[in-house]
Amino acid sequence: MSLEQLLAYVLDPDLLDRYGARFVDGLLVTAKLVAISFTLGALLGMLLALARMSPSCVLRRLAAGYVYFFRGSPLLAQLFLLYYGLGSLKGFWQEMGLWWFFREAWYCALLAFTLNTAAYQAEIFRASLMAVAPGQYEAAKALNLKRSTTFFKVVLPQSLLVAIGPLGNELIMMIKASAIASLVTIYDLMGVTKLAFSRSFDFQIYLWAAVLYLLIVEAVRRTLKHLEARLGRHLN
Amino acid sequence: MTAPLSLASRHPAPDPRPELIRIEGLNKHYGAFHVLHDIDLSVREGERIVLCGPSGSGKSTLIRCINRLEIAQQGSIRVAGTDLASTGREAAKVRSEIGMVFQHFNLFPHMSVLDNCLLAPMSVRGLSRRDAEERARSYLSKVGIESQANKYPSQLSGGQQQRVAIARALCMKPRIMLFDEPTSALDPEMVAEVLDVLVQLAGTGMTMLCVTHEMGFARQVAERVLFLEGGQIIEDSSPEVFFGQPRTARAQAFLKQILH
Repeated sequence: MSLEQLLAYVLDPDLLDRYGARFVDGLLVTAKLVAISFTLGALLGMLLALARMSPSCVLRRLAAGYVYFFRGSPLLAQLFLLYYGLGSLKGFWQEMGLWWFFREAWYCALLAFTLNTAAYQAEIFRASLMAVAPGQYEAAKALNLKRSTTFFKVVLPQSLLVAIGPLGNELIMMIKASAIASLVTIYDLMGVTKLAFSRSFDFQIYLWAAVLYLLIVEAVRRTLKHLEARLGRHLN
Repeated sequence: MTAPLSLASRHPAPDPRPELIRIEGLNKHYGAFHVLHDIDLSVREGERIVLCGPSGSGKSTLIRCINRLEIAQQGSIRVAGTDLASTGREAAKVRSEIGMVFQHFNLFPHMSVLDNCLLAPMSVRGLSRRDAEERARSYLSKVGIESQANKYPSQLSGGQQQRVAIARALCMKPRIMLFDEPTSALDPEMVAEVLDVLVQLAGTGMTMLCVTHEMGFARQVAERVLFLEGGQIIEDSSPEVFFGQPRTARAQAFLKQILH
């Protein structure tokens, strides 16, 4: 087999010409979807983690119930519930002035992914906060640091170092799980892949998708490695 | 019971220094365990007190109550006349004037030595970075660590870390320093360097309460030795009396064990 023949199997110039630009768009949509929902999920997850550790029994139970539901049911079901379930209450959302939100697959996917990853991240943050030695809180209290200073300057930097490994796992899972968005009409990386395949019936399209997902994950992995080295610089 | 005569002989002249800490009727329980039992204690400004006693006797709990790491169920602790439990600016100010050094140092591992010393003065006292740094460097040089200011705690020996912890507490310019077994977690050859710093600090007139089993240090530095047992202060005397002729059988047995 010549090199040209091999190339035609995995990277056909003709196919590339037809679908290359769409793939770039799809890649960007996936990146945007994951970046936004992961970030919002981190904020919500941190609040949930604090709620799960709060002295208030009501807060603790609410947060635990949230985590129980969103970790315990499939992401696909959650997305369908939001987009098709809540989306069917058109009249209600119009009254509330929120129809613009639930009408759009994009917003529904963002919301579903945010709510889902928040549950996982809440557990990661909770474990990492608990991993900070009690002596650190005592030292902060003995120095009369405010609660906010103690949290942001003393506790958070130490717990993030513990959290970063599992957070990286969660981010990578999210990147791959985001392919689910293609089921509600979003042209993310998987969405454009399915489109291109349904027109060309050429399997190499799926190879491209796999390689592109791999590239995103690799970029994430390298970034996390740098971040981990920076947060843990006192350990070297 | 002690005769009034011996009390009088311990304090031949009334101490002119004002009272700084007054503890009255302090009771603390952990569940069913009665850790502190009706503790009354008065500490004068500049007094140097060593607390000792068998493990579980409540000595650590007592000093942890003084900076409110533990909250007693009954009784009051007043510092300079202000009840520590009360709310308001005065109580907050008084609380911030109590420094503490822990057995396990509890330095912030992700911050350099210097940043450990800057955090509280800048965020609690509102010092500018320049002023805080000047103060931090002066205390770091007093404890002999100035050249390590930019290192992380994990790069220092245990003795050096504890000296940093002392400097960090002093950077808040406390009126009272509490020490909770400051040398117990150290390798034997590092105990002396930390004790030297404590002796030097004692010379500055700082009010010090120190839980320790370093009896040589107690003899050299302390004005009063408190011996606790079962949550009560059962001896309160000068080191000469405590080491020379301890009154209770329990203290005699304790000293026999600890001094070999």
